[in-house]
Amino acid sequence: MSSPSQPLIVVEDLSKTFVLHNADSAVIPVFSQLRMEVSAGECLVLSGDSGVGKSTLMRSIYGNYSPTTGSVRVLHDGEYVDITEASPHTILDIRRRTLGYVSQFLRVIPRISTLRLVMEPLLENGVDPAEAEARAAKMLSALRLPEAHWRLPPATFSGGEQQRVNIARSFIRQYPVLLLDEPTASLDAENRAIVVDLIQEALDGGAAMIGIFHDLDVRDAVATRLFPVAEFKAAA
Amino acid sequence: MNAMSRVEPAPLLKVDGLSKWYGHIPGCMDVSFEMRPGEVLGIVGESGSGKTTLLNCLSGRLPPSSGRIEFDTRRFGLRDIYTLSEPDRRRMQREDWGFVHQNPRDGLRMRVSGGANVAEPLMNMGQRHYGAMRQATLDWLSRVELDTARIDDKPRNFSGGMQQRIQVARNLIHGPKLVFMDEPTGGLDVSVQARLLDLLRELVRDLDLAVIIVTHDMAVARLMADRLLVMRRGQVVETGLTDQVLDDPQHAYTQLLVSSVLQI
Repeated sequence: MSSPSQPLIVVEDLSKTFVLHNADSAVIPVFSQLRMEVSAGECLVLSGDSGVGKSTLMRSIYGNYSPTTGSVRVLHDGEYVDITEASPHTILDIRRRTLGYVSQFLRVIPRISTLRLVMEPLLENGVDPAEAEARAAKMLSALRLPEAHWRLPPATFSGGEQQRVNIARSFIRQYPVLLLDEPTASLDAENRAIVVDLIQEALDGGAAMIGIFHDLDVRDAVATRLFPVAEFKAAA
Repeated sequence: MNAMSRVEPAPLLKVDGLSKWYGHIPGCMDVSFEMRPGEVLGIVGESGSGKTTLLNCLSGRLPPSSGRIEFDTRRFGLRDIYTLSEPDRRRMQREDWGFVHQNPRDGLRMRVSGGANVAEPLMNMGQRHYGAMRQATLDWLSRVELDTARIDDKPRNFSGGMQQRIQVARNLIHGPKLVFMDEPTGGLDVSVQARLLDLLRELVRDLDLAVIIVTHDMAVARLMADRLLVMRRGQVVETGLTDQVLDDPQHAYTQLLVSSVLQI
């Protein structure tokens, strides 16, 4: 079983190099031999200029990119699972129950209502539909998304509205680990403050987080530690 | 939750070293993979890559030149499907599987009503209670969002998208464990396509169905599949979690395939 002091994410010797076979086999090294650990209640913020590999690192931790070497171990059901070697089936299970991800963009599924989209992570985890709907409605109200929008698919929403739908989907249940890729990028000050509160609440509840924030106010409000990705810059 | 909950379920389908040759021309070569209940596997690649040959071998419609396809059948347990007798295999296909064709005309009987098309698999499985079958048919017609008042209309009087939904209902009504889909949205307008895809996604999740879906459309693959097999010239060149294959493709061919998708 897990003890409270155990880190929830352990990254060791992680390297990522892109090879673009159709562009004269261009080789683009991003980072190498990267290590990090994140524990409950910590919000580790990836820092560095754009292009340094923050998103690539985040996506490698989520299992969306395949790292070239190294391991990303996630504490899932009290055991460490290396996401770089896990089967697709296991990765999907980890994402469903342990590892949440808020991206900058909402990948919209046509025709599905906003309310339904926000309910989905709960339904996937076996929550009763009536309870899921009540919780989704509460979350959307907290994020100040007008009720008239709830029955509509978010495809036509503004950037900020879509982003709030995204945030609602990720914060509606307590993921033990949350990855935040600029969750406040297109939000106004008031909505940013609401999201900062949500993040703080999840951290107090024992979540471990890794984030990318270009907004320095948000960063300073939530970061418990900065992680300069450039320190692991791979030699070109 | 405890660690026990992560014990992998028994495979539903085990494919080992599957090859099919047409004379000396390879259709598909040395394909191996396993599937679990509830998984959605996408097979992608361009025309002529061997997707359809593979699908036909897997679905018991084209005996492979070599290799094994084992399926966890309801009646006989895990069996190489081509070692079953012809009648047993046909019965297993009817009872345990569904097959949704790209063209509804290939999957429907055009001379009988839409309702009869949907009810037929129940009859094939030995149901004789007319009232119960009619009720099940009505339930399925509404589940695929068709007007139940049209239960007695012939398929040709429905639009392409509606015909496809009749075909979907016909292939799910008997509670199959595995459904094959060959470009199920291929012949449809984009708006109809999106609707059908959403419907399929929902049904797959609610019924915890295992699906093997062949498509050349990367957007369909992303929306439907948990994981992908990328085929080229009869071989599987890349395999993995769908978003990993599409967002960080490793093989030159997959990189080309993904980068060739037009953005709108």
